[in-house]
Amino acid sequence: MHSIGDAFGLALSLVLSGDRDLLQIVLLSLRVSLTATAVACLLGLPVGALVAIARFRGRSVVLIVMNALMGLPPVVVGLLVYLQLSRAGPLGFLGLLYTPTAMIVAQTLLITPIVAALSRQVLEDLHTEYAEQFRSLCLSRVQAVQALLWDGRYALLTVGLAGFGRAVAEVGAVIIVGGNIDHLTRVMTTAIALETSKGDLALALALGLILLFIALGVNAAVQSVRLTAARHAHV
Amino acid sequence: MFHKTLSATAIAVTLAGAALAQDQSIIVQSTTSTANSGLYDYLLPLFQKESGIQVNVVAVGTGQAIANARNCDGDLLLVHAKPDEEAFVADGFGTERTDLMYNDFVIVGPAGDPAGIKGMQDVQGALTKIADGKAMFASRGDDSGTYKKEMQLWEEASVDPKAASGTWYRETGSGMGATLNAGIGMGAYVLTDRATWISFENKQDYAIDVEGDTDMFNQYGVIPINPEKCPSVKVEAAQTFADWLLSDAGQTAIADYKIDGQQLFFPNAPKE
Repeated sequence: MHSIGDAFGLALSLVLSGDRDLLQIVLLSLRVSLTATAVACLLGLPVGALVAIARFRGRSVVLIVMNALMGLPPVVVGLLVYLQLSRAGPLGFLGLLYTPTAMIVAQTLLITPIVAALSRQVLEDLHTEYAEQFRSLCLSRVQAVQALLWDGRYALLTVGLAGFGRAVAEVGAVIIVGGNIDHLTRVMTTAIALETSKGDLALALALGLILLFIALGVNAAVQSVRLTAARHAHV
Repeated sequence: MFHKTLSATAIAVTLAGAALAQDQSIIVQSTTSTANSGLYDYLLPLFQKESGIQVNVVAVGTGQAIANARNCDGDLLLVHAKPDEEAFVADGFGTERTDLMYNDFVIVGPAGDPAGIKGMQDVQGALTKIADGKAMFASRGDDSGTYKKEMQLWEEASVDPKAASGTWYRETGSGMGATLNAGIGMGAYVLTDRATWISFENKQDYAIDVEGDTDMFNQYGVIPINPEKCPSVKVEAAQTFADWLLSDAGQTAIADYKIDGQQLFFPNAPKE
């Protein structure tokens, strides 16, 4: 049996060798999942903020649905997107199946509910603090949303990171809509699945470790942005 | 003046043609064994160098590959389940099915050989012994070519393994490699194509127990997808690839692909 130590060694030598295929796979993983996270934030944050401050009939049902959608199985999202983008499907004429775009669409659908539901909770807590102040300033709903999003931006970064983490780690959706095509739609998780099915467990684990470090890197980058911004704010 | 226009047009046409050839890419819906064994990694660069056509492979089980192709999500089909392939062509989704190459299935098992089948050639006899001894057997349990073959062999052995589903008969519902990993993990016998087995890197104490029965023959076929059903198909590029696979150059390349000196696939396209 391979030990984790072997995998560490292999991961290190893979990274140090500057393997071009590996670099391409890593870059595609980042491109797909970061784009999906950005789009999911554009869609999910305003929705989360609106639901956070609005009071309407059936709101509790909306909250339950939003929270439940966080548990969307990636493979189901993959199938739904496949059925739309397949040549036999309604959007087949776009020719998007088996492209990185299809993978971005699938991951966006997967994590937008996460961004919306988590940001709703964060902003609602913030709103209870600010509600009176907003009322005294006679802010419109749009202004209130803007103020909440701005003041909650650091907490919302963590929300974005949660979405990114889910996107970059999932394999079920991208393998269906991307097809794991070498040099075209192969990302870290589908490469790991492939090496596992080839029985090359050491390589699969090494790729897994590299994926872990990428996630660490992205989180560290966001954290440093946050710290720098916080420092500026206090100067 | 006229001359100039003509030559400019000629250049433009040539350039456009070159750009087209460079841009061309096709999608092959394929079974997993051809991809997992590394055959495509060996063949595709050779073909691309010759034709300029980029071949993108979606490697899934035969059943899923055919289903995807029926949705027109591909230009060429390369699988191993002859009756299904013929039905695919009969339904108008493929233009023509041609034999491409073959290898064979084998049964692999743990060193302990609990069912005592090591060295047997009679595959139905071996399956009967596995069932009688209730020795663990890991099945694909999906819609793959390998699974269809396995079902056929059980039927010929007059055993209904599904009755034992979840006991000694374990259906993984996964690809060949995943099923091998699972089977090896639980000490079960596994029916696998030889190419996947030779290239598989997590063999542990497993070895081939049953091989050489003519009933374990495994034929691969290639089918260009029909543009009449699927207008999006890149007919010419797909046909170019199919023709190359079936040509002397392609057939030689298939025979040349070896792992540790062992040939994985045996070309048998009909001679012109």
